[in-house]
Amino acid sequence: MNPINYIYLSAVLFSIGAFGVLFRRNAIVVFMCIELMLNASNLAFVSFARINGTLDGQVVAFFVMVVAAAEVVIGLAIIMSIFSVRRSASIDDANLLRS
Amino acid sequence: MTEVVAAGTATVSSGETFAFWVLGGLCVLGALGMLFSRKAVHSALWIATTMVSLAILYLINAAPFLSMVQIIVYTGAVMMLFLFVLMLIGVDASDSLVETIKGQRLAAVLVGLGFGVLLLTGVGGLAVNQIVGLDAVTEPAGGNIQGIAQLIFGRYVLAFEVTSALLITAAVGAMVYTHRERFVPKPTQRMLSEARFRSSGVPRTPMPSPGVFANHNAVDTPALLPDGSPSVESVPVLFQVEGASRTFTTADGRAITTSFPADGDHADGEGESENR
Repeated sequence: MNPINYIYLSAVLFSIGAFGVLFRRNAIVVFMCIELMLNASNLAFVSFARINGTLDGQVVAFFVMVVAAAEVVIGLAIIMSIFSVRRSASIDDANLLRS
Repeated sequence: MTEVVAAGTATVSSGETFAFWVLGGLCVLGALGMLFSRKAVHSALWIATTMVSLAILYLINAAPFLSMVQIIVYTGAVMMLFLFVLMLIGVDASDSLVETIKGQRLAAVLVGLGFGVLLLTGVGGLAVNQIVGLDAVTEPAGGNIQGIAQLIFGRYVLAFEVTSALLITAAVGAMVYTHRERFVPKPTQRMLSEARFRSSGVPRTPMPSPGVFANHNAVDTPALLPDGSPSVESVPVLFQVEGASRTFTTADGRAITTSFPADGDHADGEGESENR
């Protein structure tokens, strides 16, 4: 098997995540889709690290995980605060700026 | 474990091929399941499947450290956080099917498919003739974790330091976002009692307890007032069904019927809940 298949898998997962961000209306599920995209990019990093023979890809994937953890904390806090005001987790309901 | 992993970093064995197809299928299945689950909790469980499969793929790809971090951070901490927030805002909150923007779903399908095709054809142009493998860099360092540590505390030490600032900021930010200010002092028991005695309409005394008779001692049996009429207030609020009536017989053979008025003016909230 050619190791480029890992990159194909990563591309497929990233596309599913991007599609989910556009498709789903629940803010938490949209967040999960973003996590899926980050995971897909991590898989590409790890595979490229092995293909190219350097550990830098793994270090970058590690940093991506750290940033993703911080992002989840802030994002879920924002969802919580929006929910406490509007009693809804749907991204269509947050339309205060709409004219 | 490291021997098994390190043995094949420069070549792709048939076992790895098999594991890739199984785990890759699980990954895509989990992602699609997350996409098409109506309930957010099911989505969370599906994506946990994907994340565990990815962790094993990292292990196969000579990244045991990242594999463990993936399991601990993602399937452990992040998914726990997701489920925690899901339980806080209500599990049964499923997606609305109303399209706010007209034709948005169809556009999403087209854009998603187009993006996937674009990405796959872009990757398809790559050619990997040989895998270098990580043995050459992990062997001198003494292992995968030692090699990553040398990079993190060497070349990437500045990024690592900035990461600590990011994590602190995220923790403080989450607290600031979810913190709610209390504008009035929390009422003490004394303040609640004084407010109750100053207000009108709320009984000062405990409510009468339900009636206990020779034939009836159920909690929905009303007590008899001195004039022989039933006291509606003695029945707990839970059993005061509007418009319902109940007949019971006293010991001397009188049939007494209680009915609860439909307007519910006797059901005065907190005052009667002491009866339950």
